[in-house]
Formats: sequence, C-alpha cells, structure tokens
Amino acid sequence: MATAIGAMTHTEEDYGLWSWLTTVDHKRIGAVYTVAGFLFFLVGGLEAVAVRTQLAVPNGTVLDAESYNQFFTMHALTMIFLAIMPMGAGFFNYFIPLQIGARDVAFPRLNALSLWIFLGGGLLLNSSFFLGGAPNGGWFGYAPLSSIEYAKTSGMTFYVVGLLTLGVSTLIASLNFAVTIINMRAPGMSMMRLPVFIWMVLVVAFLLILSLPVLTVGLLQLYFDRVWGTSFFSPATGGDPILWQHIFWIFGHPEVYVLILPSMGIVSEVLPVMSKKPLFGYSAIVFAGAAIGVLGFGVWAHHMFTTGLGPVPQVVFSASTMAIGIPTGIKIFNWLGTMYGGNIRFVTATYFSVAFIAMFTIGGISGVMHASPPVDGHHQDSYFVVAHLHYVLFGGAIMGIFSGLFYWFPKMSGRMLDEGLGKITFWLMFVGMNLTFFPMHFLGLAGMPRRIYRYDADLGWETWNMVATLGSYTIALSVFIFLINVIKTMRKDKDAGDDPWGGATLEWATSSPPPAHDFDVIPEVRDRDPLWHDRDHGIARAAVPEHNHIHMPPPSYFPLIVALGALLLAVGSMTHLSVLGLGVVICIYGVWGWALEPTD
Amino acid sequence: MSGSRPGGMIAIIASLVVTGVVTFLIYLAFAESLDAVRQPMTTFVPKSDNAELVHGVYKLIFWLAGAVFVGIMALTLAFSLVYRERPGREARQFHGNSRLEVVWTLIPVLLVVAMAVPTFSAMSVLSKPAPQGALQVVAVGHQWWWEFQYPELGITTANELHLPVNRPVNVTLRSVDVIHSFWVPQLTGKIDNVPGHDNHLWFTPTEARPEPYLAQCAEFCGLSHANMRFRVFVSETPAFETWVKDAKTERVAPSADLAKAGEQQFTASGCIACHTIRGNPTAVGKIGPDLTHFASRTTLASAMMDRTPENVRKWLHNPPAIKPGSLMPNLNLSPEALDKLVAYLDGLK
Repeated sequence: MATAIGAMTHTEEDYGLWSWLTTVDHKRIGAVYTVAGFLFFLVGGLEAVAVRTQLAVPNGTVLDAESYNQFFTMHALTMIFLAIMPMGAGFFNYFIPLQIGARDVAFPRLNALSLWIFLGGGLLLNSSFFLGGAPNGGWFGYAPLSSIEYAKTSGMTFYVVGLLTLGVSTLIASLNFAVTIINMRAPGMSMMRLPVFIWMVLVVAFLLILSLPVLTVGLLQLYFDRVWGTSFFSPATGGDPILWQHIFWIFGHPEVYVLILPSMGIVSEVLPVMSKKPLFGYSAIVFAGAAIGVLGFGVWAHHMFTTGLGPVPQVVFSASTMAIGIPTGIKIFNWLGTMYGGNIRFVTATYFSVAFIAMFTIGGISGVMHASPPVDGHHQDSYFVVAHLHYVLFGGAIMGIFSGLFYWFPKMSGRMLDEGLGKITFWLMFVGMNLTFFPMHFLGLAGMPRRIYRYDADLGWETWNMVATLGSYTIALSVFIFLINVIKTMRKDKDAGDDPWGGATLEWATSSPPPAHDFDVIPEVRDRDPLWHDRDHGIARAAVPEHNHIHMPPPSYFPLIVALGALLLAVGSMTHLSVLGLGVVICIYGVWGWALEPTD
Repeated sequence: MSGSRPGGMIAIIASLVVTGVVTFLIYLAFAESLDAVRQPMTTFVPKSDNAELVHGVYKLIFWLAGAVFVGIMALTLAFSLVYRERPGREARQFHGNSRLEVVWTLIPVLLVVAMAVPTFSAMSVLSKPAPQGALQVVAVGHQWWWEFQYPELGITTANELHLPVNRPVNVTLRSVDVIHSFWVPQLTGKIDNVPGHDNHLWFTPTEARPEPYLAQCAEFCGLSHANMRFRVFVSETPAFETWVKDAKTERVAPSADLAKAGEQQFTASGCIACHTIRGNPTAVGKIGPDLTHFASRTTLASAMMDRTPENVRKWLHNPPAIKPGSLMPNLNLSPEALDKLVAYLDGLK
C-alpha cells in the first residue's frame, strides 16, 4: 500500500520512506491515517466474518469458545479504535486545514506524534494474538471478569496497555484539532461560517478531551488491579465492579458520538453539494450536534439499567437518553430539508449519504426504544442491541465514511473513483448490511443473548442467523470491490481537476491533490458557502503575488523517536522494568531534541 | 411543488408502495416472534403480571417506532426520486425555515413524551418491593450454572426453578464470581447478578404449563457464557407442593448393587468434594450443584442436555469437552466407574 499512499498525496518532491517517516504535512499524515484505518477495517471485518461463520448454524464448530471470545472482543476494539476513529482522523487531518483555509494544523509535529503512537498502539493490541491470546473480555472489559483471577492470560493486560497508548494518541490529536479550528481559520471564516464537518470535528475533539481522561483513570486502576494486586474493582476484597461500569461508560457513551458525529459532518457536506443548494438549517444542525455532544455526557447509565441502579437514576438516565432523540431528529429533518427542492446528482457519494439518513434513523429509533428501562430489560444484552449498534455504527458511521471516501478521493489523489464499481459497492454493501443486521432485531426479540459462541437448534434462531451470515459475506464482497476500485483508480492518470463536484467549501479552491502549502494565497471567506458565493458574485480567485514566500514547517524525526519511546513504555509495563527505563530515556531524548530543533 | 412536475406524483406513490411493502414484510417477520412454540425464548408473549405490564409499554413503543420508520423511509425515498437530477432543472436556493424547525423539534419532543409517561408509570409499579407473602427464591450465578435456593423451604437445587402459578415470587440475585444476568423472557426482563451486592426482582407467573420456560444467562460471563442456561417450571399449587415435599426429602439409599457401587465410586473419585447429596454423609461439597434430587431434573450441565443416562455418561467422561472451562475436571474415569456413577445418579430421584 506504500505506493498507494505515495500517489495519494503528491505533496512533496520526495517520496522516499524517510520522507514519510519524518513528514509533518497534515495531508500525508491524514493519508497514512486513512490507509492504516482502512487496513484495520479489513482486519476487523475478517474477525466479524469469522464470528458470523461460527454462528451461521446451531452449534457451530468453526471457532472454539476461547477464540470466539477473542474475535468478538477484538472485532469491537479494532472497529472502534483502529478503524472508524483513525479513518475519521484521516479526514480530520487532511481536511481541517483545507476547509478552514490554513496551511497546516497548529502543531504539525504533534500531529506526526499522534500518528506514530496510534500505529504503535494498534500493532501492540493486535500482536496479542501471537503473544498468549488476545483480549477476551469484551471491549467493555467488565470487572471482575477482567481481573487476573478470571482472565488469566495476558489478553486483558494488552487491552489495558493498548487502549492507554491509543488514548495518548487520540488526546494529542484532539487538542491539536481543537486549537487548529479555533486559531487557524482564514480571514472571514467566522465560527458560524465553518463547514458543518469542521463543527462536528470540534465537538468530537472536546468529547475526547473531556472523556478520555476518565477512561485513562479507569484503565490505570484496572492495570493496578491486574498487575499490582490492588482491588479497585474486585468485590472479594472490597472493590466495586459497578464502579468500573460507571467509569467505562462515562467515556464509552461520548465515544459513540465520537464515532458518529464525523459521519454526520460528512453527510452535511455531501448532501448540499450534490443537491446543489445550501444546507437546510445550518445553525440548527450545528447546535443539534453540540447538544448531542453535551447530552452525551449525561446518559452513560443507560448501559447499566439492569445492574440494579434503583428507580431514581433509572428515570433520570431514561429521560436524558430519550432527550438525545430530539437533536438527532432535528438533524434528520434538516438533511431531508436539504434534499427538498434540490436537483440531486446521484453519484456514489450521494447514495452513501442518503443511505446514511435512512440507516442511521433505524439505529436512532431502536436506541430510543431501549431508553425505556422496562423495555431495556428485554433488549439489554440481546441481539436487538447488536442490531441497534450496527445500524448506528455501520449504517451510520461506516456509510458516512464511505460517502466521504468517494467524495474526497478525487481531492486526495487527483483521480475519480470508478462510478460503476462504486455503485456496485454501494448496492452490495447496502443490501448486505440490511441482510446482516436487520434480522438481528428478530433474533433479539426471540430471546437470543449477545456474545454466545453457540446456540441450540430448537430455539427458532437458525433462519435469521443464516441470513445474517450470508449478509456479512455480501458486505465483504462489497469491500473487496471497493479495493479493486481503488487499485484500478490509482493506476490511471489524474483526471479529477480541482473541483469535480462543484463544491462549496475551500478544499475545492486548490489543486487535486493540493500542494504542500495547500493554498498559493490564503483565501478570503465572505460566506458560509465561500466558493458558491464567489461564483455567484463573480469574485475571482486572488492572484498569486510575484514574490510569494511561504514558510512551511520542516520535516522532523523527533515525533517518531518520542513515539518509539512511548511504545517501549507500553511494552515495558507488560514485560520488564528495563524496557520501561529504555522507553523513558528515549522519550526524554526525543522531547529534548524536539524542543531544541530549529523550525526554520 | 413536486406534484406539478410530470412524474412527481408517480415517484411519491412508488415511494409509499415500496415503504409499505417493506414495512409489511418486516411486520410479518416481527409477528413470527409471537410464536412461542417455534421461538420458546420470545420476548413477545408475556406470561406473568409484570411481564404483561412491560409488554404494554413495549407494544406502544414498537408502534411509535414503526410510525417514525415509515415516515422517514417514505420521505427519504420520495425526495430521492422526486428531486433527482433532471436536465434543465434548477435547485431551489434557500437556507432554512424557522417555522419548520420548530415543528420538527416538536415532533420528537411529543414522541419522547408519549414514550416517557407510560415508561415511568410502569416503573413505579415494577420498582415497588414484592408483595407480602411472596415466595422467596435466591438465584445464585456461578461460572457457568445456576443455583436456586428456597430459604424458607430449606431447598437447594440447580438450573431448574420450580414455581407455583399465581403466587408472587421474589427473586434475590447474587453471584459468587463474575457478573451474570437473570432473564426469563416470557416471565421477566433481566436484572444482573452482581458479586458483592444483592439485586431483586419479582413477578407473578400467570400460566401453569408442563413445558418449561427456557432461559439463559444474559451478561457475558466468560468462556461458557453460551452454556449457562436454565429452566423455569410453573405448575398449579398442588403440584408445586408435591415437588416441594419431594425436594425436601433426603436421598434414598441405593438398593441395586451397581448403584451402591456407584455411591462408593462417588466418594472414591472425589465427587464429594464439590457436590452435596443430602443423606449421603460424605457428600457435602458446596462448589458444584446440589445433586440430592439429580434424577428428578430434566436436564444436566446447566440445562445444556437432556438428562438421559447416555448424556450423563458423556458428561462424566469429559465435562470440559462439553462445557469449555467447566470447573468440573476430566477425571479420566474408567468405563466401569462411569457405569457405576450413572447408575447411582440415575437413582437420585
């Protein structure tokens, strides 16, 4: 894939490996994030296919109980932390500076650091498969099942250390994005002229800045419990397993919005451009997104309705959860309002965005259904919830990401993805996901619990399980065709031009792919849809001055060194103090060199 | 508007027809869940007072959800067809409409209120303590089987819960290891068994029947989570009282030679360290299920298998092969030892 990355950015003269390892260019970093996220998406997808194959028939024998538990745990961890978030981060990196009219992010070297730490953390987490067994206690890692007493293999230690490492990367990136969006906007780009995608990134950045520290504390406590024998979560020695659930879900629920809001942003970019009219209710969509972010911190205990919370918390969290349906509903109606009266160009990106509206709505509806604690008494931990969350994360997040891939691929590579193959990808994926996930509603209502590696034949679950498995193969086929499309596209000449869609936002005002400095002249923004405004008012792009000195940050290898040190810290925390010590030394060396490095 | 354009009306009708057909097919599939014979763990056929109460909320929320589904699907489809790109058409340029924003903020508000009011009124009933005179049961979750105690009656059994019809039962939920979850879809929604603190739920079964209510642990609890099943038998009061009388008796000493040898084998093989058989003074272990009336149960190994002599033999031969991670080890019993143990266990009526 290295060649694919090389061809995708085309931002510097130098394509050598060293140039990639030392790059601080937000576009290159974004491209690596996207490609790495997509590769992990393939890994997580294969894990899902294995799980579905095991469940295709009653008493399946493809996986044993232990590997099944590892596969469903790693499927969730991979898809959440290594696929959806990094693919989102890829778009953030690539398009924040381009959409706000900047030449790079606020802290280019920190940006590189977060990329390398993410790659290290992802490889570390997956190496567990070959080093004594992957995490097997679910991505939620409930105590006391995650304790050393009940999870004796190192899998759950990999879980703790892997998530801590990835958390550092995410926190660095989030701070960087928030600072960039607030401080680096082009002249005239007021907050209420920001593209909705950028608004959603800003909300996501704050969600992560506020929620990740909570998870970090919980993970450290779990680490202490597992490695040093403390008892934060172990009831046998006075700890409280419910405390872990509170900590985990105070992070875990905002995390759901971290996964879905970027896709909401993408849809809010694609629909107006393809409908050839402004977004309907811009401020309503922005405020609804912010409201979802704020409310997202007040609903965590709806994951815990069956733990015996008592009636008062149940009522409070039930009400706050239902309330999230209100801003979500506003967004859906505004997207429909954007389509209304349009002249909608149905390219593949449009198909994925329109499907997002419909599929995400299904996930939203079922989400509000189990906001009712008595109803949740049946839904919780049943396949109904599996159906719900996949309509949100596949029908929502993944559909949005694919819309973004088709929409922005020409900008990133200079080449148009094949529309014919794209539509085949769409229809296979759309049919496949509905075949896979809709029957899970029926299975849940027929009493099938989640996370079971086998089931009996006489429970009436065979038919829909078989359908779901066939659906998962259909999705796999659609992704395969997408891969063919990418390879085919990368082999042809650049044919996209600067602005193939008639876009409204600033990324379409530069070449495809953009030069290393993004814009020859920083554009001036006069409207929420700057390109359309300038087009309609006959304002020409500013001429490039004769002496146009553009200062760009030089490449640096120090981020890579600090990331290596951080990875050794992680490995050392699982192996030997000497590795940890080496990690500390390398980190200090890296930070020292970083601080003294000349930036001219 | 769309209707004035040729084809607009056809597109709208087509969207409604497609949405209608899809919704009808989905409805048919949902209606399958009403078949408690083909789907014995259905959540749609309540057989207790509290399950009935929840079902009222459940149905209402399903209909509301269905209405939203139909509305959004039809709109998305219709807009996609009506406003698809046509040569010579211009998109209408507007930024929003405040009145519409208010209207479609109110729609979800009303839907949410329509859900919240019945939800909270049902919860006000469910969260009350169990009525006076309720049968007390303690359900203890173990990796990976269920222990059922009747503290007032002095009975302890495993994986098969017997209840009288039309009498409230108060279930205390407990765990000795990790978190489990007690769920009998036709009788009650689930509440977790959390180690270190007791939870409670109660319900009054309303239908006595010979077939059991099937159930299984709902919270992921480790390797054999899938194998942690149980059954609930609801019978008329006299039949329940007969069961109680039988369950209270001690084991009948074996009379046949093979079974007698089996009781000795039970001690010799170390089974006594984990299992209690009241009346057998050596068998007082507490780690595994109480086997005093093993042969009166319909299943073994946390309701994984029917209790036939062949299955008992298969289980004893190598328990972890059947239930991965099972605490009961493979004792490498000889065929003769297996014969004896099966005969002994078969006599524990």
